[in-house]
Parts: sequence; structure tokens; C-alpha cells
Amino acid sequence: MIVYRKIEDIVTRIQDEKAGGVAIRTVKSFLSKIPSVVSGADIVQWLMKNLTIEDIAEAIHLGSLIAAHGYIFPISDHVLTLKDDGTLYRFQSPYFWPSNCWEPENTDYAIYLCKRTMQNKARLELADYEAENLARLQRAFARKWEFIFMQAEAQVRIDRKKDKAERKILDSQERAFWDVHRPVPGCVNTTEMDIRKCRREKNPHRVKKSVYGVPDDGQSQPSPVHISSQPSRKPTKEDVQKEISFLNVQLDRHCMKVSKVADSLMSYTEQFMEYDPFVSPTEPSNPWIGDDSSYWDLEASRDPNQQRVKKWGFSLEEALKDPAGRDQFLKFLESEFSSENLRFWLAVQDLKRRPLQEVSSRAQEIWQEFLAEGAPSSINLDSHSYERTSQNLKDPGRYSYEDAQEHIFKLMKSDSYARFLRSNIYQDLLSARKKQPADTEQGRRTSLEKFTRSVGKSLTGKRLTGLMQSS
Amino acid sequence: MGEMEELRKEMENLKDQITAARKTFQDTTLQEAASGVTVVGRVQLKTRKTLRGHLAKIYAMHWGTDSTLCVSASQDGKLIVWDSITTNKVNAIPLKSSWVMTCAYAPSGNLVACGGLDNMCSIYNLKGKDGNVKVMRELAAHTGYLSCCRFLSDTEIITSSGDCTCVLWDIETGTEKMVFAGHQGDCMSLGVSPDFKFFISGACDFTAKLWDIREAQCRQTFSGHESDINAIGFFPNGNAVITGSDDATCKLYDLRADQELITYQDSSIMCGVTSLAASKSGRLLLAGHDDFNVNIWDMLKSERVGVLAGHDNRVSCIGVSSDGMACCTGSWDSFLKIWN
Repeated sequence: MIVYRKIEDIVTRIQDEKAGGVAIRTVKSFLSKIPSVVSGADIVQWLMKNLTIEDIAEAIHLGSLIAAHGYIFPISDHVLTLKDDGTLYRFQSPYFWPSNCWEPENTDYAIYLCKRTMQNKARLELADYEAENLARLQRAFARKWEFIFMQAEAQVRIDRKKDKAERKILDSQERAFWDVHRPVPGCVNTTEMDIRKCRREKNPHRVKKSVYGVPDDGQSQPSPVHISSQPSRKPTKEDVQKEISFLNVQLDRHCMKVSKVADSLMSYTEQFMEYDPFVSPTEPSNPWIGDDSSYWDLEASRDPNQQRVKKWGFSLEEALKDPAGRDQFLKFLESEFSSENLRFWLAVQDLKRRPLQEVSSRAQEIWQEFLAEGAPSSINLDSHSYERTSQNLKDPGRYSYEDAQEHIFKLMKSDSYARFLRSNIYQDLLSARKKQPADTEQGRRTSLEKFTRSVGKSLTGKRLTGLMQSS
Repeated sequence: MGEMEELRKEMENLKDQITAARKTFQDTTLQEAASGVTVVGRVQLKTRKTLRGHLAKIYAMHWGTDSTLCVSASQDGKLIVWDSITTNKVNAIPLKSSWVMTCAYAPSGNLVACGGLDNMCSIYNLKGKDGNVKVMRELAAHTGYLSCCRFLSDTEIITSSGDCTCVLWDIETGTEKMVFAGHQGDCMSLGVSPDFKFFISGACDFTAKLWDIREAQCRQTFSGHESDINAIGFFPNGNAVITGSDDATCKLYDLRADQELITYQDSSIMCGVTSLAASKSGRLLLAGHDDFNVNIWDMLKSERVGVLAGHDNRVSCIGVSSDGMACCTGSWDSFLKIWN
């Protein structure tokens, strides 16, 4: 409906010649005059000028939209699009505007087609698809064809009383109306509605009014999508009271300034722009062009490239998103003998995805491993979280460790993550330094290795370090 | 009813106070702040693949997490899982009800879900033992059509419905875990936050709500749209929400500032937004419209930087793959197109 109002606003303006609308005139055609027309090019120009559209394709697209809904139509074609040339167009009568919620029945359409065959005018001859439609309707309405025929005759009599020029215009407008509601095969039916919106439309009971004043015989069945279910909810006193307490909470909310959040959004996009294939060219190549899937092989590999490693430095969340990042961080923590935090975090993530029957036992296992007295991988929780968690475990669920997990995450973020980024493990990967067999991570220098290094990069050295690397 | 009147007045008063308070924090606009940011330039995406096979309007599509598989739902009563690179149909699942409105792919890749006028969310197991895809669960409790569904994992799914509520389900037991009520109109769409702790819903009451999944509470409400919100999604960092509406505009709301940052609109865009997706960095917003086109916006500068015109009927759904490499559009013309 909103769209119709917008289009109607444009269409009204465009016809208002005094206010800068297009010149609607009578064109002399070779045997007669064509009243009340305007060229497609004029419409396009008007749209570009008055709606400040710079791109002509966009103006044509918009014009075609207006045409598709039947507000303007080509006088010699059933297909409702706008062409940027001398093709002549006419404006639709407000009587036929889609905003009137027309849903014309097939009886009306039958009357219309029948009426057309009664009038001996070349311009009213039926197109092939219309002739087929008429034949189909004759079969469908065989029993009441006499009635339809009479209605058509009545319409012809009414039409004959009108002025010739007026009739030309009205006939074309009527035809355009049917072009919208019974489109040429292959054309989009713009009256089709999203089924989710159907029952809330302005005409909820779909009062069927006939185009030709034919009384509804009550035989039309509502389609399944038009069955109106419950009416829209009216807020109750409780609803309003709830809303008030909610609003009070919002009023007290501590908010950030727009400048600050704007900065935050801008720095995020800046950081990730090089990883956004729609904005930056991708290495090695676009896997969607050609059959080269090396981009995906690279992403999936456990041997990450520099660009991927760089992302781990953006935030702990990014590092943990990448399986290789997780591995490296874990490796680093192991070297510091502080991997229990990350292992706890990973275990809780896993718990959240477990099937219900396993949740309880798994939750207990996690407690035993990380939190119980004398736990083998004891983590450091503040007393508050500890209390909360042990309470939660009386009725274990997937989210029993939520508080604890958040606490541990914050700990890792502020403590070990920062050190990880400064570590040799990370820095080496970041600068894509080639790994020399003897140049392993600082923290893992065992006495044996020190011995072999002092001996020199001899045969023995290489063999021994080779062994250690594989462990 | 004097009391109701008074309550309403109190409500309006609070709303005004909040608006005033938020205004004092509006020390700049996103557009102004971004005026120094380098322009993105014209974005021209080309159709790389067309997925043919549906016989009627496509209402929904969703990418899997692996970046090549996606699922689509059409009113021809089929749910199709596509290998979008080869354009082969991996699965073609016949549905009991052809009035399907939404579909979702589980992050694990094991399950897909769909629902519509049957008011139910049906879960299908793609990795069944004998290779056949069968209904695993039918989640029934909504009293209105199912407009959207999104998996949290293989064990939990969130649905939104025309009955104005959203529900968190436990898939194994097929029961409702939490009901999120508060919207005054049909819920049309939902989006889950990157950390899976929150979700947002857009509804026909013209508002978007942020819900805490654990506490089943509405944390924030965003208004400003003049018509139904049909599409909703999170900005990639999870701190902002993007909405698309029948009023032909998209809006960006920030969670921490609790207000609207920008409206993406143009007088020449008149048709409602049906669907939206953000590019990987969040710099671009792709919005599908009823007028058969997709408009591409620079989210920071609020400038239109591109148009995808390739469908012959309205664009009903859009999605950007998880690696950000490709965008998929689905339309009432029965085709899906992959662009980049």
C-alpha cells in the first residue's frame, strides 16, 4: 500500500501540467487523432529531473515499475514497461488504481473479453492469449454463459452512449486494468502478494466488488492464504505496564556517545576491509570464476598465511574462530603451562552443543577436571562465579558454566592473549619467517636441545630436533 | 477507561524522555564521522552461477557455514540443498506443506529446517544413516505462520512467527524452551548474534527487539520505521543491528548507543525491502527489494554504490556466504543467483 501511495503521488505530479508536469496532448495519427498521450521519453525525462535521478537506467526502471502496476500504459501493447523513446503512453484512471484493492473475478474478465468480441473495432481485437483465455472461460462458465453474454451486451450499450474520444481513452484504460490483473503470459503479475501480508491488507474480508457491477453470487471460495486468523493484538493494561517498566530500565541505561560507536564501527570495517572480497581483491583468485579452488584450500589449511595470522591479532574472538589460531594459542599456553583456561573454555563450548542426555555427565566431568578441589587442570575463578556455578550444577544444563566461561574469557583476553601476540610463536607466523629446525619457540628450550645447539648444527642435532618437533 | 489513559500518557512521557536523552548523546552522525573515510567506489558484482530447479516462487535461502552449500525453499513445496559451485542439487526434499516461508542451515551442516503456513518448524537430518533425508522433528506450538528460523546448534533452534512471538526450541525433545513475547505485530525475521548470546527480531509493529537468549528478556527495542520490518541482521561485530522495511528504507541501529545511526534511503527507491545481508567487513549492505533489484549501500557513508539487476520478479531473500566471497539472491522468478 505504501508503494501505491508513493507512485500515486508521482503520477499525480507528473500529470499536473501547471506544476511542471509532462505535456499530455492529442497526437495526430494517420487516420485519426490519439487523445491524451505522452511519449515514453518525456516521462523518463520528467522522472530524471523531478526525482533527481542521475542514471537513465534507473529512471527507466522506476518508470517500468509504475507501468507494471498499471498506473501508466503503452496504448498499443499489453506488456507494461516504459521505453525511453517515442512510444505513446496514457495515464490510468484513478477508478482503476490498484490502491482500490481490486480483485476482479473471472466472471468480470469473461464479461470483458466477451464484450470485446461484440465490438467491431480493429483495435479491440483479441490477442492470441486473450482468445485462449476466452475459450477457457467459456468452458468453465458454460452453465452461466447466457448471463455473462447479457452482461457484456449491457456494457456495450453503456459504452456506445459515450463520446468517441472519451471511449478511446476509457477502452484503453480498461484494457490496461486487465493487463495488470490478467497479465500477458510471461509477464510478472504485480498483484501477487506476499502470503505473509495477505490477511493484514486493507481489505481483510476481501469484499469482492465487480468491475461491471455484477452482484456476487457467493460462490467464490476464499483461497487458503486469505483465511483470516486472529485479529491483530490490541495492547492490554498489563502490556502497557510491562512497557512502562521496560522503558524505565531503558531510561536508566548507560549509553555510549554516537561519536564513540561510530569510531568503533569504522575501525572494525577498516580492519576487515582487506578480508572482504566485495571490497578488496582476493588472493589467490576468485574461486567462483573458473574452477580454481585454491582460495578455499588456503583457508582450510592448518598452515595459515600471513593475512590469516594477522586477523588473529584483531581480537581473541577472531583468533579462536580460526582452528589454526586456536591450535597456536593452545600451543603457546601449553608452553607457559597455563592451558587449562583455554581448555576449559573449549570444553564449555563443546558442552553447549551436546545432546541433552550427555549434558549432565559432561558437566560433571568438566567440574571434576577444572573446578573441583584438587582438580587436575584447576582454573582460577572468583568466589562469586564459583558459587554461582556450583549452584547451577545442582541442576546441570548446557549453560551452567556461562558465567564462569565469561570470566575465564576475560582473563585470557587481558592476560595470556596479549602475551601470545608478543610471543615468538605468533610473531614468527606473522612475519612468515621460515622455521629453522633449531630455531624453535623460546619457552621450549630443554636442556637436551641446548646441548645439541652447543654442539652445533651437526647430524645429531638435526635428528634430535626432528624428533622433538614431531611430538 | 481513565486508568488506561493515564498509563498511556506515562508511557508516552517516558518515550519522550528517552528520545531526549538519546539526542544529547548524538554528538555527531555516522555519516559525518565517516566523511574522512576513503570512498569504496562503484561495486559491480556479476552473476557467476544461476541455480535452476525450483518451479515456483523462492521464499527463502540460507548459506551453510562451509561457503559453497546453501539451502532454498520454494512454494513448489521443495527444499533444495545446492552445491552452488557446480550448481548441482545435493538434496531435493519434498515438503508436506508447500506454503513454506523460511529455511535454515545448521552450522554443523547436518540439519536443515523450514516452515511456513503450517505454523510448524520441520527439522530434516541430511546425514541420516541410510542416506535418505527424513523429517527429524516437527516443532509445533506457534499459533501463526513460521516466518523465520535459525539454528544455534544441532540441538537448539530459534523461530519467529506470525503469532507475534519468537521461541527457542530444544530439537531433541521437540519442546519449547523459552518464549519471547513482546512484539505487537507479526514477527517477520530474526538474526542471531555472532556470539550466540543474543538474537534480534523485526516485526510488523515497525520495531526491532534485541533479546537475551538465556534470560528470555527483551533488552532493547528500536523504532523509527514507518512500516513492517521484513528483514533484520547483525552488523558483523555484533554491536549494531540492520533492519529493512516495507517503507523502502534500511536502518542501522547501534546497541551500545541505543539509537538509530543511519537510514539508507533514496527517493527513487519506492519498493519495500524484503531481505538484507552485510558484506564480511560490514562496509557494504546488500538489500533486496520488491522492485526486482538489490541495492548495494556503503554502510558508513550511506551512499548507494551498486545495483544487482538480474531477476525478473521480486528478490525475496539474500545471503552472503560465511567467508564473504559470494552473495546469493533468491527470487519469485524461481531462480537463485550467485554474485561476486
